[in-house]
Amino acid sequence: MALLDVTGLEVEFETPEGTVRAVSNLDFHLEEGETLAIVGESGAGKSQMMMAIMGLLAENGRARGSALYRGADLLGMTARELNAIRGNQIAMIFQDPMTSLNPYMTIEQQMTEVIMHHRKLKRDEARAQAVEMLRAVRIPDAEERIRQYPHEYSGGMRQRVMIAMGLLCEPELLIADEPSTALDVTVQAQITQLVRELREQAGMSIILITHDLAVVADIADRVMVMYAGEVVECGSAEDIFYNPQHPYTRGLLDSVPRLDRASDQDLHAIPGNPPNLLDLPVGCNFRDRCDEAREECREPPPVWRDETGRMSRCVLPMEGGKRVDPDGTGPESRATNSASRENRE
Amino acid sequence: MRQEGLLQLAASRLIGLVPTLLVLITISFFLIRLAPGGPFDAEMAAPPEIRANLEAKYHLDEPLLAQYFRYLGEVIAFDFGPSFQYKDWTVNELIARGFPISATIGGLAMLLAFFAGVLIGVFAALRQNTASDYTVMGIAMLGISIPNFVVAPLLILVLAIYGGWLPASGWDWTWQRGLLPVVTLALPAIAYIARLTRGSMIEVLHSNYIRTARAKGLPERTVILRHALKPTLLPVISYMGPATAALITGSVVVERIYSIPGLGSYFVQGALNRDYTLVMGVVVFYGMIIILFNFIVDLLYAWLNPRIRYDEGE
Repeated sequence: MALLDVTGLEVEFETPEGTVRAVSNLDFHLEEGETLAIVGESGAGKSQMMMAIMGLLAENGRARGSALYRGADLLGMTARELNAIRGNQIAMIFQDPMTSLNPYMTIEQQMTEVIMHHRKLKRDEARAQAVEMLRAVRIPDAEERIRQYPHEYSGGMRQRVMIAMGLLCEPELLIADEPSTALDVTVQAQITQLVRELREQAGMSIILITHDLAVVADIADRVMVMYAGEVVECGSAEDIFYNPQHPYTRGLLDSVPRLDRASDQDLHAIPGNPPNLLDLPVGCNFRDRCDEAREECREPPPVWRDETGRMSRCVLPMEGGKRVDPDGTGPESRATNSASRENRE
Repeated sequence: MRQEGLLQLAASRLIGLVPTLLVLITISFFLIRLAPGGPFDAEMAAPPEIRANLEAKYHLDEPLLAQYFRYLGEVIAFDFGPSFQYKDWTVNELIARGFPISATIGGLAMLLAFFAGVLIGVFAALRQNTASDYTVMGIAMLGISIPNFVVAPLLILVLAIYGGWLPASGWDWTWQRGLLPVVTLALPAIAYIARLTRGSMIEVLHSNYIRTARAKGLPERTVILRHALKPTLLPVISYMGPATAALITGSVVVERIYSIPGLGSYFVQGALNRDYTLVMGVVVFYGMIIILFNFIVDLLYAWLNPRIRYDEGE
């Protein structure tokens, strides 16, 4: 059984302008010990998807579908059931370390409350573990610095604290939402390195949300590419990097500067902007920006899969893949969609 | 480190108080002298000799500037001089008589306003945009808009005259006589604090660190009480300083309506009678109280907000 199995997830937000569909008809699963990277540009629905699974959507947001964590549906849980899992079996770290720690509480207060709550530890024991964890993420003088407030830490150190705080209860799953985006490049590398080391030590599964493909190449086992709330391509990191199938994935890879290409060569940029989530086009969401667009793209694109779990959502055939039912965005297609998933497994 | 920061802050704020008080004394001293009439005009047809004697006794015959510096010297020694109108009473004695009453009523009103206002505000914020939120906030808007001099007679009419449960006015240090004035004073403050708390709490609940607290699996109670309440209260605290000072120095209107011999009623009498020393005394005392409470708020603020604590010096 997969550690996390998400089926037919939809996330919508009611706004004064209308309903924004941030995530449509999304399926994915995560195996134990696996690192899954979710990539895509801003607004692709990566973060909102994880927020929905963790029950952290803003109050105007709604999630449908199911997210089975060890067989239990996170989306159908009561607050109490969900709280027993959040911060305990599933930890989450966020994009902006500068504002994600409570500025009115010391690091000690914020760290110890997690284990005191989930593990019912006494304050002294909790403190000792928190100090130890701070050392593990290489905070100097942890014994002293744990008494300080977040504003006395740099951005990179705050993210280390967030990571340490997430790992206190030895979670099975760490969800990291762009953990290094807001940091300096050198600090980014340190944080990535830290996550990789900790994964090896703790053997946990990781979902890494990012738009930094370098980080993905560094640590991901599998990669899921999202565009306008949908998965457009999914596969092993090697397949995605060396043999991308979907035109959007290719566009993403081409837009990364590389040392092995002549420097006078222009960087490739994907033209245009992502579609308006208030009013998604019928057919392929990417067609207006795609070099390969053709008449058939006005219809919902077919989904291709192969036996390795590789998947692409495009009118172009996937190498070695079999065409599955066209995977529309309407709820009526979900039944056939999950049926095809079962056939595959 | 923490203690030192607070002490430094306290010292620098204290030194800043002196010029503020000096300006306050100077302006009010000359303003009251500008008002037409004098303290002895009401005593009709006093022979000029008697009048001259009176004025000489209170140094009113000296040049204005000389009087000003004489007054400054006295104030430094905390002596506000004799009252012109309440013969045989010094202003210090009058303040000592009126202030405890005003401070008790005002202090209790503020205490009530703080707890009731914060409770209502948090309640409304947690039920944001529901019927109960709109109801509570609508009532609060009424509470702010309806003036004391309407609320007080209404309360007296219903609870004292029709109901007969409480005395209509007067003062004798019993809760029965205190209840109505305290409630009257507290109502607008409750409403204001409730609105302030609601807005602040809603903002705080949208912040990233509250999302982190939720992601940690803490129960909602802990998220609200431990993570959200302190930042929510910061704007309330800064409102409380001047508001408390205003309430404990006596509400002119409320003390009038309920016939309470507090500081506010002396202030009105003093102003009407051109009782220079009494008016000045109350004004300076009032100023000191306001400054004191702003000072307390500054310290509280620094104590509550670790980011201010270390950036002190401005």
